[in-house]
Amino acid sequence: MSASRYDCIVVGGGHNGLTCAAYLARAGRSVLVLEAQEAVGGAARTREFAPGFRVSACAHLLHLMPGWLSRELDLARRGLRMAAERMPTFALSATDGVLRIDPRAQDPPAGLSDADARAYPRYAARMNRLAAALRPLLEAVPPRLGTGDWRDRLALLRLGSRLRLIGRRDLREALRIGGMCVQDLLDEHFESPLLKGALAFDAVLGTNYGPRSPGTVFTLLYRMAAGTASAHALSQPAGGLGALCEALAAAASGAGAEIRTGVPVASIVLRDDRAAGVRLETGEELKAGCVISNADPGTTYLGLLGAEHLDTGFVRRVAHLRTRGMAAKLHLALERPPRFAGLDDPSPGRIVLAPSPESIERAFNHAKYGEFSTHPALEILVPSAADPTLAPPGKHVLSAIVQYAPYRLAAGWAGHRDRFLDAILAQLEAHAPGLRASVCAAELLTPQDIESQFRIRGGHWHHAELALDQFFMVRPVPGAAQYRAPVRGLYLCGAGCHPGGGVMGVAGRNAAREVLREAA
Amino acid sequence: MLTETEPHYRQPLLRTPFHERMRAYSQVDALVPWSGYSTVDVFTGVEQEYFAIRNSASLYDLTPMVKYRIAGPQARRYLDRLLTRSVGKLAPGRVAYAIWCDDRGRLIDDGTVFRIAESEYRLCTAERQLDWLLDSSIGFDVEIAEVTADIAALALQGPCSCSVLRAMGLAGVEALAPFEFKHFVFGAGTRALVSRTGFTGDLGYELWVDPPEAERLWDGLMDAGRVRTIRPVGSRALNIARLEAGFLMPNIDFVSSAHTLRNGTARSALELALGWLVDFAKGHFTGRRALLEESRRKPLRRLAGLDVVGTKPAHNALLYSDRAGRRQVGSVTSAAWSPTCKRNLALAMLDAPHFEMGRQVWAEIYVNRELVWERRMVPARVVERPFFAPARRRATPAGDF
Repeated sequence: MSASRYDCIVVGGGHNGLTCAAYLARAGRSVLVLEAQEAVGGAARTREFAPGFRVSACAHLLHLMPGWLSRELDLARRGLRMAAERMPTFALSATDGVLRIDPRAQDPPAGLSDADARAYPRYAARMNRLAAALRPLLEAVPPRLGTGDWRDRLALLRLGSRLRLIGRRDLREALRIGGMCVQDLLDEHFESPLLKGALAFDAVLGTNYGPRSPGTVFTLLYRMAAGTASAHALSQPAGGLGALCEALAAAASGAGAEIRTGVPVASIVLRDDRAAGVRLETGEELKAGCVISNADPGTTYLGLLGAEHLDTGFVRRVAHLRTRGMAAKLHLALERPPRFAGLDDPSPGRIVLAPSPESIERAFNHAKYGEFSTHPALEILVPSAADPTLAPPGKHVLSAIVQYAPYRLAAGWAGHRDRFLDAILAQLEAHAPGLRASVCAAELLTPQDIESQFRIRGGHWHHAELALDQFFMVRPVPGAAQYRAPVRGLYLCGAGCHPGGGVMGVAGRNAAREVLREAA
Repeated sequence: MLTETEPHYRQPLLRTPFHERMRAYSQVDALVPWSGYSTVDVFTGVEQEYFAIRNSASLYDLTPMVKYRIAGPQARRYLDRLLTRSVGKLAPGRVAYAIWCDDRGRLIDDGTVFRIAESEYRLCTAERQLDWLLDSSIGFDVEIAEVTADIAALALQGPCSCSVLRAMGLAGVEALAPFEFKHFVFGAGTRALVSRTGFTGDLGYELWVDPPEAERLWDGLMDAGRVRTIRPVGSRALNIARLEAGFLMPNIDFVSSAHTLRNGTARSALELALGWLVDFAKGHFTGRRALLEESRRKPLRRLAGLDVVGTKPAHNALLYSDRAGRRQVGSVTSAAWSPTCKRNLALAMLDAPHFEMGRQVWAEIYVNRELVWERRMVPARVVERPFFAPARRRATPAGDF
C-alpha cells in the first residue's frame, strides 16, 4: 500500500481536513487522510471521559458551519442529525435573574428595562447588517496585495464594491466601532449588566481578550457573521460534534478518499524543494503530489516541515503568531440532572454565566498576570438533556467552556489544576445548588492539555488568535494567506487559515479550491 | 570600556584596546565612529598610509568589527540556512567570505566566517545583526553570542606583512594559505589567532587576541616592522585599497535590506554581482526561492566595475548611455583614483544591458576649480574586477619582502 502515490495527502483528520479531503475526492483526486488519533475529528470529536459518559471533547456546539457546505457534502444523508437547533441562550445572574436571548432574533429578550427594550432592536438590526456585510469576506479566499494577478485584483475590487453597498451610515459605523472594545459599544446602547454580560461574553469567547480589550467588537461581528451563514446556529449534533466529523469522513470516503487513523505524521518530505509526501512516525514514507496540513501553522511550519526549509523572515512571522489558548474545557459526569436557579431542568439550551461585562473583565484580570480566574465566566451545555445517548439512563453530562485559563500559568498547571477545578465547581454550585454533590467524574482540559491531546500548539481552538491583525489577507501570516505555503506543493487547511476556527469547514473547502486551481 | 555609572547615551564612543597606541601616532586627530567605537580615519595623510598598504606594511584596528560566536551541534546547518554559500566544505582552521539575504534575496550584509572548531564558528560583520541571527536560529540547536568586545583585532596588510610576522617570531606563518588561520605564540607567550585574510586584496593577515594582550601585539608589530616602515592606517586609505580589490562597502555600495526604507532601494545578491557566493545546490537557505526565481528572469541591473577616463574620481556620478546625458542608466557608488593601477576606478550600479563587460557609459563629473565648478561628461568602460590583484596575495608560502 505504501508503494502507491496519492495526488493529495491531508495531514490531520479534523473537520477542515475531512472537508478538504471530501472536496478534493469529489474533484477526482486520489486522497489519503492521515489522522494521529484513533478516530477522526480532531478538536471536534466525541469522547468517552468516564464509563458511559460521552461528550464533545473540545468544541461542543455547531454554530458557524455554512448551510451550503453541509448541503454540498450532503451531510444529512451521511447521518448528520441535530439533537437541538437554534438553542436559546440563558444568561444567569445571582442578583438579576435569568435573561433568555434567542439567536438572530431582533425582538428584545423579555424582562429588560424599557430603555433596553427600545435599544435592542436597533442594536440587533445594525449588528446583523454589519455581520451580513462581513459574511462574504469569511467565505472568500483572501486576495494577495500588489501581485497584478487578475484574480487578486478582481477580489479586491469586489471587496471595495461590497463595502460601498452597505451604505454610508453603516460603513461609517463599521469604521467607528471596528476597533473598539465591546464594553464601550454595549455601554452606548444598554443599561442591563446581565444583557451586556451575555453579549460581551460572545465577543470574548475563546479569545485572549476581556470586554475592555480593543478589537472585541470585531470578534463579536466575526462570530455573528459566521453565525448568519450557518444552517445550524447554536446546534448540537446528535452524538456530539464527533458525529459531524463522522459524516464528513463518510462524505470524503464516499467520494473515494482513503482515511487512516492512528497514524501520526512525523514530517513533510520535500523533493526538489517541493512537498512530495510525508514520513510517518513509524518511519514509513508516503508519496503524494501535494500535502495539505490540517495542523496549526506552528506545527506545520516549525514542526512537520522544519524552520530550515523556510526563510528566516517567514519563520519570524510564524513564531510571532499569537497562538496561546485562554479557554479551558470542563466535562462533568452527573448522577442527577443539574438544576440551575430559574431554569427548567435540565438545561433547555446554552447557559452563560457572565452576569456583567465587569465580571468577565475581572475574571480576565487574573489571566493577564498568568493566573486562572477565581470566578470564571462559563458557557455551559447539558448535552445529555437533548441527546440521552451521551450518558447512562437518568444521568447527565455537563460540558462547559471556562474563561480564563492562561496557557502558561505563572505557577504552573501541575499543582493548580485541582484548585482551578474547585473554583469552577464553586461557581457552578452557586447557580445550581447541589450540582457539586452529584458529580461522579470530572475532566478539566487546560490549554496545555488541549495542546497535547489535540496537537494544537498553544492549545488555541482557532489555532491562532482571531484579531484584525491575524485576519483575512494576513492570516496566518502575510505572504501565505492563500492556504499556500512558501514551499510548492504544501497547503494549509486548518483554523489557522482564513476564516479561522469554530467548526466552520470553510478553510478546508477554500484550501481544496486552491489545490485544484494550481493543478488545473 | 563602558562604565556602569553613566547611562549609555551619556557615554562617549567606546575606545578599542588600541586607542592609546593609535592616538600617539595620530597627527591630525581625525576620528570617526564605527559600530559605536571611535576609530581613526586618517593618521598622517591618506596617500602616505595608502602606500604603506601597497608597498610595505600597514596596521589597521579591526576591533569594532562585530563578531559573533556561533556554536552548537547544528551550527553548520544553521549557517548553511543563514548564508547563501555552503559552509559544509569549510574545514576547521579555514575562513570564508559570505553574504546573507532576506526572504526576498536582498542583501542584508557580508562578512567572514571562521570555523574555529568542529562545531564552533565565528562570524565577523560590519554591522550588528543579532536579531536576524537569533531569529534565524529558531528551530536549530545552536547558541549565538556577540563577542565583539572580547576580542581585539588588527589587520596587518601589505607585501611585507609576512616578513613582519616572522620578524616578530611567528615561525612558519608563511605557510598559511589564503583564508587559513592558526594560533601562534609570540613574545613572552602572547597567544594570537592569525588568519590570512583582509580587506585590501593584497598579501595580509588579521590578528585576533584577548583585549589585555592588545598593546603587546601592537608594540610587537610596530617593533618588528620598523625596518620595513610599518605604519598605522586609517579608514580612508583602506577605502582606496578595498576599491582596487573590488570589495563592497556597506552603506556605500549597498544599503542593508534591514535598513532601507524606500521601496526598491535594497539590492539583491545577484544585482550586487555576488552570484558566485550563492549555492543553489546546497539545500535551502533564506532567500533561495526568491534568488532562484530572480536568476531565471532577465536581470534589471547589476553592480559593475568602471574604468573612467581622466584622473578625477567620479564620486556619486550619474551615468548616462549618451554623451548628452538624456538617458540615465545608473550611478557610481564608490570612486577613487588608483595610485597603483594608475587608473580612475569606480563601482557603479548599472541598468541592463549597460553592466555588460566592455560597454561604455558616460559619467557626469563635477570639477571644482577654485570654487568655479565645471560639469564634464566623461566616458567610462565596464571592466573586470578586481582592478588590482597581485600574485603575492595568493602565493603560498607567502613572499618575503
